[in-house]
Amino acid sequence: MATEAKRAPVEGAPSLASRDELREARYHRNGSLVLFAVLLVAPALVYPVFLMKALCFALFACAFNLLIGYGGLLSFGHAMFLGMAGYLSAHAAKDWGFTPELAILAGTATATALGIVTGFIAIRRQGIYFAMITLALAQMVFFFCLQAPFTGGEDGIQGVPRGKLFGVLSLEPSLPMYYTVLAIFAFGFFLIHRIIHSPFGQVLKAIRDNEPRAISLGYRTERYKLAAFVMSAGLAGLAGATKAIVFQLASLTDVHWGMSGEVVLMTLVGGLGTVFGPVAGAFVLVAMESYLAELGAWVTVTQGAIFVVCVLAFRRGVIGELEAWLARRRKG
Amino acid sequence: MRTKHKLWAALAALGFAAGAAQAQISGNTVKIGVLSDMSSLYADIGGPGSVVAAKMAVEDFEKAHHPKFKIEVVGADHLNKPDVGSQIARKWYDEEGVDVIVDVPNSGVALAVSQVTREKNKAFIGSGPGSSDLTGAKCSPNTIHWVYDTWMLANGTGTAVVKTGGDTWFFITADYAFGHALERDATNAVTKAGGKVLGGVKVPLNTQDFSSFLLQAQASKAKIIGLANAGGDTINSIKQAAEFGIVKGGQHLAGLLVFLSDVHGIGLEKAQGLILTENFYWDRNDKSRAWSKRFAALDNNKMPTMVHAGVYTSVLEYLAAVSALGSDDGGKVIAEMKKKPFDDPLFGKSYVREDGRNVHDAYLFQVKTPAESKGPYDYYKLLATIPADQAFRPLKDGGCALVK
Amino acid sequence: MPALMGQLLIGLINGSFYALLSLGLAVIFGLLNIINFTHGAQYMLGAFVAWFLLNQLGLGYWWALAIVPVALAVFGMLIERLMLKHLYKLDHLYGLLLTFGLALMIEGLFTQRFGSAGMPYSMPGKLTGGYALGFMFLPTYRAWVIAASLAICLTTWFVIERTKLGSYLRAATENPSLVQAFGVNVPRMITLTYGFGVGLAGLAGVFAAPIYQVSPQMGSSLIIVVFAVVVIGGMGSIMGSIVTGFGLGVVEGLTKYFYPEASSTVIFVIMAIVLMIRPQGLFGQR
Repeated sequence: MATEAKRAPVEGAPSLASRDELREARYHRNGSLVLFAVLLVAPALVYPVFLMKALCFALFACAFNLLIGYGGLLSFGHAMFLGMAGYLSAHAAKDWGFTPELAILAGTATATALGIVTGFIAIRRQGIYFAMITLALAQMVFFFCLQAPFTGGEDGIQGVPRGKLFGVLSLEPSLPMYYTVLAIFAFGFFLIHRIIHSPFGQVLKAIRDNEPRAISLGYRTERYKLAAFVMSAGLAGLAGATKAIVFQLASLTDVHWGMSGEVVLMTLVGGLGTVFGPVAGAFVLVAMESYLAELGAWVTVTQGAIFVVCVLAFRRGVIGELEAWLARRRKG
Repeated sequence: MRTKHKLWAALAALGFAAGAAQAQISGNTVKIGVLSDMSSLYADIGGPGSVVAAKMAVEDFEKAHHPKFKIEVVGADHLNKPDVGSQIARKWYDEEGVDVIVDVPNSGVALAVSQVTREKNKAFIGSGPGSSDLTGAKCSPNTIHWVYDTWMLANGTGTAVVKTGGDTWFFITADYAFGHALERDATNAVTKAGGKVLGGVKVPLNTQDFSSFLLQAQASKAKIIGLANAGGDTINSIKQAAEFGIVKGGQHLAGLLVFLSDVHGIGLEKAQGLILTENFYWDRNDKSRAWSKRFAALDNNKMPTMVHAGVYTSVLEYLAAVSALGSDDGGKVIAEMKKKPFDDPLFGKSYVREDGRNVHDAYLFQVKTPAESKGPYDYYKLLATIPADQAFRPLKDGGCALVK
Repeated sequence: MPALMGQLLIGLINGSFYALLSLGLAVIFGLLNIINFTHGAQYMLGAFVAWFLLNQLGLGYWWALAIVPVALAVFGMLIERLMLKHLYKLDHLYGLLLTFGLALMIEGLFTQRFGSAGMPYSMPGKLTGGYALGFMFLPTYRAWVIAASLAICLTTWFVIERTKLGSYLRAATENPSLVQAFGVNVPRMITLTYGFGVGLAGLAGVFAAPIYQVSPQMGSSLIIVVFAVVVIGGMGSIMGSIVTGFGLGVVEGLTKYFYPEASSTVIFVIMAIVLMIRPQGLFGQR
C-alpha cells in the first residue's frame, strides 16, 4: 500500500540525502526522548490502568504498522496474534503457574509460531487477496478459540494472577505493573526502530515501493515479506500477552475481527508508516473508548465516523499531518 | 502559644472524630453502579430498565427511611464483553467511589465483575447473570446471586415438564460455556425425574438459521425440544420452529432461558405453548401488579422482567443493610444481608445462603395462545409453583469454598 | 437418507441468501473494483426499511419487494457520489476502509436506536404453510426464496455477461477513458452499478425479514461469510459467486448434519485452501 507524499531519494547529491536521513534520525531520537519522558511521569497525573491499556494497544499498532507501513501488506487478521498470545499467556500464568515474564514469553512464542504458519499461507498473495486470506485465517482462529475448552469460550480465561516478576516483585499494585508494561513497550518500540533502520528494513522498503524491481535486483522478496510478517506477529503477540496479565483476563474480544479492524483504525488515525503514528492513534482511540464507554453503541458509531473522515480527508493521520506541517515550516 | 496548640489539637481531634465517623460510609454517599447490556441482546431483559428499577428503589427507600447518607445511581454498558465489564468495574471502584454493582446480565461479565469486586472488597448483587458457578466453584463473600440461575432453570423446567408427560427430550444447545452448563443441568434434571434424552446438537453462537438443527430435532421424534440457548438464538429457534410446523406436528418447545421481553419480541402467535421458568411475573399478585404498572409508566410502557424486579429489590435490601450497619464496606454489607430471611416485596419470602445464593420460589409458566391473551404482556399462565427450598441447587452440591 | 435430503434442501435455501448477497458484492467488485464492506449493513437496512414500511406505513411484503431495492439503490448512489468517487485514484484498500467505517456507523446507529433483540416481521399471508415432501416439511416461503433468488441471479448474470449494456459496463471498468471517449457516460454508469449492487443487498434483506431476526447485527454476522463466498468464487466473476453461493450453502448444510460445531468454520477453511491453490478463485480470471 503506497503511502503518499514520499520524498524521492535524490540520486546525484549524496550529501543532501544523508542530511535528510540525519534529520529524520534526530527527529526520531528527540521524539522518542520526549515520549518516554512523558510516559515515565504520566502515572502521577493519569489513571495508570488507562495508560497500560493504551501502551499495550500502542505496541499492537506499532507491530501492525511494521507490516503495512514498511512491508506494504495490509493484514485484516492481526487480532489472531493479539488474542492467541493473550490466551496462552493467561493460561500459562493461571494453570501452569508461570511467573508473569515467562507467561508473556510463552504468549509471544505462540504468536510467533502462529505467524510462521499463517505467514507461509498468506504471503504468496498481495493486496486485497492477502487481506482476505488473513481475515479467513483469523476467523478460523476465532472459531477455534470459541470451541477449545481451555479458552473458556464466551467467558474467557478469568482470574489470571499478575504474579511476581522474576519471582520477586509483585505486580498486583498498579505502579510496578505499569513500569513493567512501559519497559516491554519500550523494548518493542526500539526493536521496531532497529528493524526499520537496518539493512533488512531498507530492503523491505524497496520491496514495498517496487517489488518487481527488487526481484530483478536478486532479492528473495517472499522471504523478506515472511520475515516482516512473523516479526509483526510476534510483537503483536507480545502486546496481547502483556495485556492479558495486566487485565487478568483473556477473552474472545481479542480474537474477533472487530479487533483487527480497530488496529487498522488506530494506525490510520495516527499515521500509517510513521514511527509515532501508531502510538498516537492508540492513545486517541483508547481515550475515546474510555470516554464514551458509558454510552455503549456510540463507540462503534464514532469509530466508524473516524474511519470515514480519515479515509476521505485525513489520510496521513495525526502524526503524518504533523510531520508534513513541520516539513513545510522548515522549507518555508 | 500553648493555648493555640491546644486549640489546634482540639480542632484536629474533632476533625478526626468527624472524619472517622464519616469514614464508615465513604464520602457519606452510597453510589450504586448499574452495569448492564444497554444496546445488545440483553438490553430489554436488563438494560436501561434496570437503571429505572434502581432509581425507583432509591426513591422508595429515601421516602420510607430518610437516611442520613446521600444515594447516587450511575449506569454503564458492558457490551457483553468481560474485558469491558471488568474495566468499567475497576474504574468505578478505583476512581468514582462506586460501592455496589448491580444487574450485570451475561455470566462471563458477571464472573469477571465478581472477581474485581472481591479484590477491592466492594459488593456485587447480580440479578442478570445465569451461571450457577457464581455461587458454586467461583463463589465470593462479596457477591450475591439475586434472582435465578442455570441450575434452577434447568431443574425447574426439566423436572416439571417430565412430570407433565414430556419425558423424551432433544437439546439444541448454544455451543459455549453457558449453553453447555444449561444443557448439563437440564439433562441431569430430566433423567432424575425419569425422562430420557434422545439426542442433541451443539450450535455455534449467534447462528441465524436453525432450520437444519430443527430438522434434526424433528427427526428424533422427541416429545420435547429443549432450547439451551439465550437471547437472539432462542428467539430465532422459536420463530423458525413455528415456520417449520414443529409445534403443530406435536412436539413442544421448552425454553430453558426465556424472559417476558423475549416472548414480547417473538409474538404470541409463534411463542404459544412454550414452557418456561421464571421467578417473577408482573401479573402474579396485587403487589407485583402495582409495582409493575409504576415501572411501566417510567419505562416506555414495557412491563418489567424478573431481572428488573431483582434490581429493584436488591437495591432496597442493600440500602437497608448499609443503613443498619452504618458502613458501606462490601464484605460486611453482604454478610449483613445473609443474616436473616426477609419478605421481599416482589419475590416473596426469601433468604440469602452462605454461598451467596438468594433463595425464593420459582414458577413454571406456559405461554398463552393469542385467543387466551387479553392484551399486551398478558402472556403467561401459571402451571406450577416450585417452593424455594426445592428450586435451587442444594448448598452442599455447589463446591463453594465458603460453605463449611 | 431422508434426513440428509432435508439438510441439502435447507443448504440450498441458505445458499440462495449467500448467492444473492455475493452477487451484489461481485457486481460491485467485478465492475467497479470497490470492496463494499458496507454490504452487510445495507442488507440490514433493507430488512429494516421493510419493517418500517409494514409497521409504520402499513405497506406489506409485496410493496417492500418493490420499494426497498429502489430506496437502497438511491442510498447507495448517494454514498458513491459523495464519498467513494474520491477514492478511485487511490489504492483499493482505502475503499475497503471507507466502507468498513460506514458499516460500523450504520450498525452502531441502528443498535443505539433499536437495541439488539430485533423486530418481528410477519410472514406474508400468501406464503405461509408449506409442502409435506415426505422427507421434510418445506415451508412455502423458503421455496419462494430459492426460486426468486435463482431467478434474480440468473437474470443479473445474463444482463451483465450477455447484453450490450453489460458489455459497456465491463468495458468501462477495463478502460474508462476509452469508453468515455465513445460518448458513454462512465461516471454515471459506475454510480448506477453501485446502486444496483446495493439494491440487491436490500432485496436480500427483504427476503430475510420474515424468517430471520430483523436486528442491527444481522448483517455483520453474514458479511464475512459472503466475502468468503466472493473470494472463493473469484472476485470478479458473477457466475462464480452464484455457483459458489449455492454450493457453499449446501456444504455448510452437510457440515451441520455431520459435524455441526464446525459449520461456521468450514467456509473459511475452504477459502484459505482455494486462495492457496487457485488465488483467482474457482471462476476468476486474473
